Formats: sequence, C-alpha cells, structure tokens
Amino acid sequence: MSGSAVDTTPGMSAVGTPTVVTRALRKEFGARVAVDSLDLTIYRGEVFGLLGPNGSGKTTTIRLLCALMAPTSGSAEVVGLDVETQGERVRARIGYMSQRYGLYDDLTVAENLRFYSTVYGLHGEARTRRLAEHSCALGLDERRNQLAGTLSGGWKQRLALACATAHEPEMLFLDEPTAGVDPAARRDFWTSIYALASRGTTILVTTHYMDEAERCQRLAFLSRGHLIALGTPREITAHFGQASIEDVFIELQRQDEAQYGVAAGGSR
Amino acid sequence: MSLLTRIRVSRFWPMLWKEFIQMRRDRLTFGMMTVLPAVQLVLFGYAIQTDVRHLPTVVLDESRTADSRQLIAVIGNTGNFDIVGAVADREHLRREILGARAAAALVIPPDYARDLRAGRTAAAQMIVDAADPQASSAAMAGAQLAAGALSTQIVAERFGVAPPLEMRVRPWFNPAQRSAIFIVPGVIGVLLTITLTLITSTAIVRERERGTLEQLVVTPIGKTSLMLGKLAPFMLVGYVQMSVVMGLGKLIFHIPIEGSLPLLYLLALPFMFASLGVGLLISTIAKSQAQAMQLSFFFMLPNILLSGYIFPRVAMPEPAQWLGLGLPLTYFLKVLRGILLKGVTFGDVWQPTLSLIGLAALFLTISVRRFRKTIE
Ligand SMILES: Nc1ncnc2c1ncn2[C@@H]1O[C@H](COP(=O)(O)OP(=O)(O)OP(=O)(O)O)[C@@H](O)[C@H]1O
Ligand SMILES: [Mg+2]
Repeated sequence: MSGSAVDTTPGMSAVGTPTVVTRALRKEFGARVAVDSLDLTIYRGEVFGLLGPNGSGKTTTIRLLCALMAPTSGSAEVVGLDVETQGERVRARIGYMSQRYGLYDDLTVAENLRFYSTVYGLHGEARTRRLAEHSCALGLDERRNQLAGTLSGGWKQRLALACATAHEPEMLFLDEPTAGVDPAARRDFWTSIYALASRGTTILVTTHYMDEAERCQRLAFLSRGHLIALGTPREITAHFGQASIEDVFIELQRQDEAQYGVAAGGSR
Repeated sequence: MSLLTRIRVSRFWPMLWKEFIQMRRDRLTFGMMTVLPAVQLVLFGYAIQTDVRHLPTVVLDESRTADSRQLIAVIGNTGNFDIVGAVADREHLRREILGARAAAALVIPPDYARDLRAGRTAAAQMIVDAADPQASSAAMAGAQLAAGALSTQIVAERFGVAPPLEMRVRPWFNPAQRSAIFIVPGVIGVLLTITLTLITSTAIVRERERGTLEQLVVTPIGKTSLMLGKLAPFMLVGYVQMSVVMGLGKLIFHIPIEGSLPLLYLLALPFMFASLGVGLLISTIAKSQAQAMQLSFFFMLPNILLSGYIFPRVAMPEPAQWLGLGLPLTYFLKVLRGILLKGVTFGDVWQPTLSLIGLAALFLTISVRRFRKTIE
C-alpha cells in the first residue's frame, strides 16, 4: 500500500450505527483488480466522499455495494444486509444515481418520476403525495411535461436525484453527481444532499471536485482499488501536511505514479 | 398479501406502461410497427406473383380460317396469354419477342385447317420466351392443357364418342391459384419475426447503451418482472399486427379464414416465445443498437429464403432444408397456412406446434441465462 494510510477507525465526527461495512472487499475483472482489500465503515447520516483518480475503482465499489455485481471475495453489508445473499432486499432500501443518470430521455420529467417511484413500490395516494412534495421541493414542477432528454445538465441531475430518492432510501449512492453541472446547480445540489443527511439518510458520493470533497464529513482516497487514506478532510490535510484536499490529491497521485511508473489515469 | 394486491402492485406494470409510452414516442419503432405491416402486405401481396399469367402474345396466323381463329380464342381464354396483336411473318415475330413486346407467339401454319378437316394431326406452334423459367413454365403447361382440351372436344364432336379418359384437376384451398393467398399468411409470420427479434433486441440494447438498464437492475424490480415487462409489450404488438394483417388481407386480397382464429392466436404463442428468445439472444450479443439491427437482418434473411415463405422448401437442396428446420418461421408457416387456408384443427398441426415449443424452450433457456448474466 502506498503512503501510510490514515487510521481506518472513524473520526470524532462519525460515531453511530454503521450503514455500510465492507470487509476485505475485492473485485477482479479478468486479470485487472478494480477493488482490492477494501475495509470501510460508513455511519448513519454521514456524508461520505470517495475520491480517487479515473479508474481507481470508485464506480466499482459503488456497484458492489448496490448489489449490481458480486464481489470476487470479501463481503459487504449495506443497511444491515449482506449484499451478496440479500441483494433484492438491499436494493429496495437504497438509492443509486449513476454516473450516467439512468433517465429515460423519451419520457417526460413526470413520467420518469412516476416510473421510478412505482418500480420502488410506491402506489396510489402515497405515491401522488410523495411525488408532489418531491417535485415541488426540487423545483421540477415547472418542467413536469418536458422530455428528460431535452433538459439541461442541471435539471437532469435534479431529476435523477428525485428519481433515486422518491422512495426515501436509507442509503444513497451518488456517482459523480455533479459532473458537467454549473456552480449554482452544484450548490443547490449540495443543499439537497445535506437536507437528506439531516433526516438520517446516509450518503456516499464520488467527485472530482475538491471543493465538494471539503464538504464531506469523511473522505476515503482510492488508488488502483486500494484505500490509501481515510478520515475527515481536516485529519487528512493535517496528516499529509498539505494546505488543502486538492494538494493531498495531487500529492497522493504523484506518489502513486512514482511507485508504479505510469499515470494513474492510464489504468483505465 | 392477497394475490390480487400482489398482481396490482407488481413491478411488471410500470415496465409495461413506460414501454408503451416509449414505443409511441419513438418514430422509427412506431413506423416499423404500423407502416411496415401495410407496406409488406401490399408489396408482397401484389408484387410476389409466382403465378405468371397474361403473357403478352402475338399471333402468326397463316391459316386464316374459322378453325385457326377457334384455336386463338381457346389459347386467349386460358388467361395465361393476352393476345396483343398479329404478326405478318417469322421475322416480325422474332423482333417482337427480342424487343420484349411479346413473351409468347402462337404460330398456326397454312395447312392447319386442311389437316384438321382431313383427320390428320394438325400442328400449331407455341413459342415462349423461356429465359425466365419460372415465368414461362406455367404458360407452357397452360398452352398444352388448352390444346389437349380442344383436341378432345374435336374428337368427341367428330366421332360422337365420349373421351376415354379425363383427368379432373381440382386445385384445393386456392382454386384461383393466386399467390397472394399463399403469401399473405406468410407476411404475418415475417412481420412477427421482425417485431419480436429486431425491434425487441434494439429496445433492450438501447436500455443498456443509455445506462437505464443498470438503473433498473438496481431497483427492486426483480429480474423476472424486468424481462417480462420488457418483452410482453412486443408480444401484444405482435398480436395487433397479426390481426391487422389478417383483416387487411381479407379486405384487399380476400384471404380465406377457414379455421379457428382462437386456435391460431394460441398457436402463435410458442412462435412468439421462440422469436423473443432469438431477440433476447441478439440483445446479449450486440454491443450497440446498430449491431443488434445488423444481427437481426442477418437472421431475417434465411427466414425469408429458407422457411418456405416464398420458395417452396421441397424444391431446395437438402442442406438448405435442414437449415430451415432451425427456423421457427418454417413451422409457424405450416400452422398459419393450415389454419387460414385449409381450416385444419389442432390434430393436423400438432407436429409443427411441438417443434415450435421445442425451439421456444431452447432459445429462451439460452437467452434468458445469458441475459441474466449481463444484468448481474
Ligand atoms: N465491467 C468491467 N469489466 C472490465 N473492467 C472493468 C469493468 N468495470 C470497471 N473496470 C475496470 O476497473 C477499474 C476501475 O474502474 P471504475 O469504473 O470503478 O473506476 P472509477 O474510479 O469509477 O473511475 P472514473 O473516475 O473514471 O469514473 C478500471 O480499470 C476499469 O477499466
Ligand atoms: Mg466512475
């Protein structure tokens, strides 16, 4: 493992019931190891950031935790359930916003919302009430009859968030939710995230924006599938003796390149 | 949870709902499902005329008698030949055929009537442009039949005896021998194959390309509801297409519907399952929508050529016949034509039905297994 990883016990900010626990989680694609001996614990109500260069295994980690694929070895528990054996039940209680948003371009805003909420088991009056609240809170009402494919990036992101949270999941996975979204929309988005977290939703978010990383309660750095640093933003900057998370990121990537002799991004 | 509630809240319904909205909004798919049946029907119903009739025919009548005119009338009445004009000599005749203004020529020599009256065998000649064997064979047979009949009639009149032998040919199921009657039921099968393989496979691949398949799999929808919700709409569309083509076929081409429609709709099920199996399989192989489309067309080709849709299977070389045995359409055509044209009952088509069930089980097992892997 490169660098001396920060102590893997949680910082002061996060003590409580764990929502995600992984033990020696590993995923191989043929000869390539995408996630390697990952031990992570994420607590209820936490906003947890997953950082790392392209191809470092962030998406793969999320997909393992969403029970989208089986780990090669090791185990993971999400909302108290084993992802490998109880995947169906895990999926009912989590929300996932993928890097590609997963919206139907040829359905309207309202239809996308209706579809995903029904698939998550909302029906009748409960659904109507929930959707009304939701689209109102996210300002989606004015666009309800617009085709999702014709929305701008910021609106797509809002809609994707609404679709992923209509069923009030306990755990929310956000894979690069703010890629290609303007600063104002990003700020609104983080406001929504914090609102969710304050109501007890646990959030795992990946990002390449360091200002967003600073907003997370705890961070994990991945490199080539390994966990190389873990802690609060302040703990991490202090540990590496850097001024900001961005400097830490660049420093870690530099160390990594020095160790492997290739650009980390080239591992894709 | 009661069964009814369970059905009502099944994850299958939202899938069905959104699938229909998408179908309606996707112009290309919608066109393929509505315009294509009409075009196919008219195109194949009218254009594919394997029965060649009305060959433009010129006459070189060197006899110029009542007898020769009688022969010309008889030939003209067969419907195989349209007498378009008279020619003065052999050279003129040659030019008409070379110039493709005529495809046949009836030559009656000067001594035709004399021979006939004298009780000798009178010879007339029918020249046919046989470059296209399919176009000419029916005409040639028609000419011989007509002459034979006339000859029998003359003998009977002359000697007052009944003909010693008569072969009464009865063309069952399609007495007028129109190819539309043969082709239109096939159009139903071909259309269903297109809908259930091409349109289905591209619809699935589209979900994968756009990332919505991953999004679906992460919902609690379950693999079975996902697959059913994705495939069932296309079966419904298939049934609608089938009904429309049958309706139009009856209106435009007067296709008979001799047998039981409920039986036909029932026996269409295993065929649809088999075709869906192929569609699903294609979706697991294709990396993009374009590839799915190519693979589907690749699958359509043998279906059109080897299933017996246009060309009779018995006329094919053996390896081609064996290949045809692997195509669901081969069996479904037997069911379709049997029920529509011959009014057969299940007892007559259980064999092709069994083959269809076998193929459906085979294709679905393979493709469902592969599909489950791709969404794992
Ligand atoms: N289905 C797959 N088959 C084969 N290799 C894969 C697959 N999914 C991911 N990988 C590989 O695993 C490694 C980790 O990929 P992953 O998508 O998890 O990275 P990431 O951190 O999300 O990157 P990015 O920041 O670009 O989104 C990469 O090298 C990738 O090429
Ligand atoms: Mg990623």
